[in-house]
Amino acid sequence: MAAKIILSMDGVVLQEYALNKERMTIGRKPHNDIVIDNLAVSGEHAAIVTIQNDSFLEDLDSTNGVMVNGIATKKHFLQNTDVIEIGKYKIKYLNDQPSQTTAADFEKTMVLRAPAKPAASKPALTTTQSIPTVVTSEDALDATGKFTATGPLSGPLAKAAELTTKGAGAAPEKTAGPQRPAVVQILNGPNVGKELELVKNLTTLGKPGVQVAVLARRPHGYFLTHVEGVTFPVVNGESIGENLRQLNDHDIIELAGVKMEFYLK
Amino acid sequence: MDIKDALEMVSMSHPGMVRAHNEDSVACEPDLGLVVLADGMGGYNAGEVASGIAVSVVISEIKHAMEEIRPEDQDEESGGDVAVSLLRNNVQKANSSIYHAAHSQPQYSGMGTTIVSGLFYDNRVAVAHIGDSRMYRLRGDVLESITKDHSLLQEQIDSGMISKADARQSQNKNLVTRAVGIDAEVETEIHVHEVRRGDVYVLCSDGLNDMVEDNDIAEIVKTLKANLPLMASQLIQTANDNGGRDNVSVIVVKVNGDFAAQRSVIGKFLSWFKN
Repeated sequence: MAAKIILSMDGVVLQEYALNKERMTIGRKPHNDIVIDNLAVSGEHAAIVTIQNDSFLEDLDSTNGVMVNGIATKKHFLQNTDVIEIGKYKIKYLNDQPSQTTAADFEKTMVLRAPAKPAASKPALTTTQSIPTVVTSEDALDATGKFTATGPLSGPLAKAAELTTKGAGAAPEKTAGPQRPAVVQILNGPNVGKELELVKNLTTLGKPGVQVAVLARRPHGYFLTHVEGVTFPVVNGESIGENLRQLNDHDIIELAGVKMEFYLK
Repeated sequence: MDIKDALEMVSMSHPGMVRAHNEDSVACEPDLGLVVLADGMGGYNAGEVASGIAVSVVISEIKHAMEEIRPEDQDEESGGDVAVSLLRNNVQKANSSIYHAAHSQPQYSGMGTTIVSGLFYDNRVAVAHIGDSRMYRLRGDVLESITKDHSLLQEQIDSGMISKADARQSQNKNLVTRAVGIDAEVETEIHVHEVRRGDVYVLCSDGLNDMVEDNDIAEIVKTLKANLPLMASQLIQTANDNGGRDNVSVIVVKVNGDFAAQRSVIGKFLSWFKN
């Protein structure tokens, strides 16, 4: 389903538009795709460029400018529920496309292409060229997982040689550390009593070139692993060898002659 | 120093947390200083077939060719290093093999693959890539990607349409503009970089860089450069901890010494003398 925008003023919905064109213009003059007949709106005020599932708002050097979510902007990558303001008019951008995170269809890798490149020609698609446009629809996906490009490839954007889609481009969830922060406290030697808070995803312990271990913070806990040196770290009196060792509250680590205690705050 | 003593290489591949198949392929040839990683695409098991063909063709053909020629020599036809022609010709060979397999066997129709490959020689590395598999380099404290994705998103970034920060939100991440095996010919992007002792090179499929931000990749590579197997497994584990939505593969290469080519008898003698 294509993204859409809803034009409203003073809370009253005026019209809904599907973003089914590569470029839709907004302005006062009648040739615009979205006409707003109001003197505060420039002849050609703004444009929304849509490429696949992404839409971009551009201010076309309008007199009174464009705001998105209350901030004046020249160009904006629209996100679901963004509100564009042009004068007294509000335009809400809605793109409830199931994100690829949840769409199982996109898990499979797909190939999508326009006309085949002749075998002998030296190919041309370089990164400096303009953005290729591809019109796709769910129906164009046949059983082999191959897309057929449908619709016109127009204007300067028609240079698309081929596009190959690959599955699952999900945005990563931010690495979430475990709920409770943890600390390593040194129990002997000149630094006795010093605390090292484990704020990074990876914290190295020990002396480089002699013995080093790394403490990794992962969603389900803290893990200690040997990195370098001939001796392995010792946890609660036992050598951990080359294995990954999950740490429990109040475990005692020995490393390069230093004893320390791991505990959760 | 011999290239296999100068370089340390580790490769690792994992299907991730969501997919049943692993469509990535990886291979290392320490004796040749050659690494190849490919991320296949296509229905059923065609993706793994495509990436498998790409990796095995490039490895076996270059191995065969290097019995006769040396990568540091000048190629008479192109005027560039032989290494560059080796990569270009053999990626093209892989392209033809996949293209023909896809057209002769209906179940492989439409299959293709990305590729990123490094050939190390004479204190340099020739890097060939197609698609969105990357090669990063850690030099000193700075990790940067030395390949530029052939993807719609990268083109949008280049044209100023979308900022790098916004790029992570894009829903168009999965569109590559070039792939091996889709058409009869493919244009391979190849660059030669000078290599320094202490450099670490990381080749990866997009299963890594889509799931783990560059800063976090940099932190892992810097922290664990003393232990490459641990670095590789930590990278994969982090991608999986973040959701592991795609297959994730990495090859890490660390430069432990000088591997200048021996150009003449005198050169050989001098280097023997230095040792």
